[in-house]
Amino acid sequence: MSLLNVNDLSVSFVTRNGTTEAVKNVNFTVEPKSITGIIGESGSGKSVSCYALLGLIPQPPGRIDSGTAEFNGRDLLALSQRELRSIRGSDVAMIFQDPMTCLNPYMRIGEQLVEPLLVHGVANKEAATLRAIELLDEVGIQNPEAAMRAYPFEFSGGMRQRVMIAMALITEPKLLIADEPTTALDVTIQAQILRLIKSLQEKRDIGVLFISHDLAVVSDIADHIVVMEKGLVVEQGTPADIFTNAQHPYTQKLLAAIPNGAPPEPENGRDTLITASNLKTYFTSENSDEPVKAVDDVSLSIQRGEVLGLVGESGSGKSTFGRSLLRLTPITDGQISFDGIDVGGLDRNNLKALRRRMQMIFQDPYASLNPRMTVYDTLTEPLLLHKIVARAGLDAAIRELMDNVGLARGFAKKYPHEFSGGQRQRIAIGRALATKPEFIVADEPVSALDVTIQAQILDLLKDLKDECGLTMLFVSHDLAVIRQIADRVAVLYRGKLEEVGNTSNVFNSPQSDYTQRLLAAIPGKSAA
Amino acid sequence: MLRFIFWRLLQAIPVIFVVITATFFLVRSAPGGPFDSEKAVLPEVKRALEAQYKLDLPLHEQYIAYLGDLSNGNLGPSFKYPGRSVNEILGSGLPVTAELGLYALSFALLIGVLAGVFAALRPNTRQDYIPMGMAMIGICMPSFLLGPLLLLIFGIYLDWLPIAGWGDLPGDKILPSITLGSAYAAYIARLSRAGMLEILSQDYIRTARAKGLPEWRVVIQHALRGGLIPVIAFLGPAFAGLLAGSFVVETIFQIPGLGRFYVQAAFNRDYTMILGTTVFLSTLIVFFNLISDVIAAWLNPRLRAQFKGGA
Repeated sequence: MSLLNVNDLSVSFVTRNGTTEAVKNVNFTVEPKSITGIIGESGSGKSVSCYALLGLIPQPPGRIDSGTAEFNGRDLLALSQRELRSIRGSDVAMIFQDPMTCLNPYMRIGEQLVEPLLVHGVANKEAATLRAIELLDEVGIQNPEAAMRAYPFEFSGGMRQRVMIAMALITEPKLLIADEPTTALDVTIQAQILRLIKSLQEKRDIGVLFISHDLAVVSDIADHIVVMEKGLVVEQGTPADIFTNAQHPYTQKLLAAIPNGAPPEPENGRDTLITASNLKTYFTSENSDEPVKAVDDVSLSIQRGEVLGLVGESGSGKSTFGRSLLRLTPITDGQISFDGIDVGGLDRNNLKALRRRMQMIFQDPYASLNPRMTVYDTLTEPLLLHKIVARAGLDAAIRELMDNVGLARGFAKKYPHEFSGGQRQRIAIGRALATKPEFIVADEPVSALDVTIQAQILDLLKDLKDECGLTMLFVSHDLAVIRQIADRVAVLYRGKLEEVGNTSNVFNSPQSDYTQRLLAAIPGKSAA
Repeated sequence: MLRFIFWRLLQAIPVIFVVITATFFLVRSAPGGPFDSEKAVLPEVKRALEAQYKLDLPLHEQYIAYLGDLSNGNLGPSFKYPGRSVNEILGSGLPVTAELGLYALSFALLIGVLAGVFAALRPNTRQDYIPMGMAMIGICMPSFLLGPLLLLIFGIYLDWLPIAGWGDLPGDKILPSITLGSAYAAYIARLSRAGMLEILSQDYIRTARAKGLPEWRVVIQHALRGGLIPVIAFLGPAFAGLLAGSFVVETIFQIPGLGRFYVQAAFNRDYTMILGTTVFLSTLIVFFNLISDVIAAWLNPRLRAQFKGGA
């Protein structure tokens, strides 16, 4: 008998603007002692179907139209809120996408960990504390007693996700629902967390419902895959079935979108556009006299017309390096030369002139766009600031820019919140291109995007590079993405340059230990 | 932490200095003087009075003399209440005003936080609109309108509460406290609503619900801690504002507090009294701002750690 049997589930959201059917007649099961993966883009209804099971969708606007969800002989959808609450966090536990925001920043780790045990009356305070310490140890937190007294901000994202997992498992649930548990994490940390979930699942014989937009991740961990698109289950089967015998065009599109393409051929005989020599960027630290060496003695040069991929995990200094090149962050020591100009020695006016020629694209397209400015205003600003066009030619220039980045012209008067993540990133790219720059630092430009959207934005960047002869520093923690777009790759580790070389060389025969470890952690290697 | 407080105190010195200087020259540049009155005073009497209070000296010498007295904590003699020093008058009025402020603040906190949290639990429903609509009225309604209204209703028509005085009749402190506190209650309600709404939309609230916590525990244990930080940061300026702004209420309800002396002093051109009260109140404002900032920072574990580590 299945642990969870979801049958004909339909969920819709009723708002003033009409009714949206988020989930339509969905069927899937989770077998005991196995992992079912649900995959789909954001908006495909994968999270909604799982939240609906536990009554975590606010109603209104949410509404469950039909369906049953049999768990342990009871229909979850027929239970009252009170009955559901006794199941939530005890028999069915959840972990969420972003460990940075899912723990209460105002409460100690220990306080939050023991809460499920206390609230479900499973244990008293002393027993619960002992149990929590044991579990923290089991999920790989060092010095668990001290961790109990710590606040969430004292831990990294990976560590917090371990705490979340411990919190979910503390009541010995029979079913664990994991909603994109590794999406916000670096590739090396992601591999560790996936291994941890798998080993805990096997040890405890629990069923796991694993939600992700990343087919590679799901195929690594799941026994059964459910593919969802626009609220419908379009295909399901074992990972092997899906990879070798995908029937539905959407599944085929997902498979094709996994960044795995051959690296572009390196071209030779180009001159150097930008060079960093012995670049050091240190930050003073609140807690110690030792400065934080974010970038520590890095020398790199980028050829004109080339895409240099810069990889490393978070904290490796890759973003700081990119910002230092543009002098958005003051450098501590070293030299930067851009087309023969010493960037470090420029005064304000000359720097402003140079900024025109070098631009930046940021990771989070939402946070980096001003919510109170329309697309038109956002794109106009750099054009007028740098006196690229006169006011009379403005409309034509904006139209051309929007065409270039693939935005419909009718969007000009809209605000950022009216766009999807991919469209927002197109706006951000449009803004960066407005000054017709020669050099662009793209800091994780596709990390916040779904895999199919990711492929579109990467294509756009590649086209722009070819058409406009752009030179690019492409910063990312995602090796598969780097492999697809970069001519050469540089690997940063703790502020130091580990390795630099042609993309194919670095991927096929990595020289440093760290690069080898990084490559081994790419998900989907076993299945692909 | 100590270093932070020390720095803030150091920053306060120039602020207060500017307040003193500006007030000193402003009151003296206003037409009229403390000893002008309708009935004619003999010129030699006026001269003698001015000499006694050093008003015959050049302006800059008066200023330096005042600063000298001030550095000894002496706010000078009152020009209008012969024989009484400003220190004495402040000392007698302050306890009453402070008590009134404290009651008003407690009332504002109780009503404001309850209404704000209540509204945030069901945003954009009647449960939200009704208290927030009342809060809007509370903010817009000046105390010189609300006070007499309350007096009419509760003091005269219903005859439940005394209409004036302070500590003379049972219950005579209720109406002034409500009158003074209601605008702040309204403001706190809006602050708590905004703070709670923000916190309730956080991911960790979803985590708490997924753990199976009952809704009241989600609110009290998980949401209040973060949601009320803006309210706490507001308490300092609010209390200082209550002290400084109590004169209308004190006048309506015949309360012998600071506020009445302050306003009276301005009419009388009682230079030392105006200056003394201004200096005293601005010091309080700086001080209460500092205290509430420290408490609000202390409630954030991350900032607290920085204080412990860095200073």
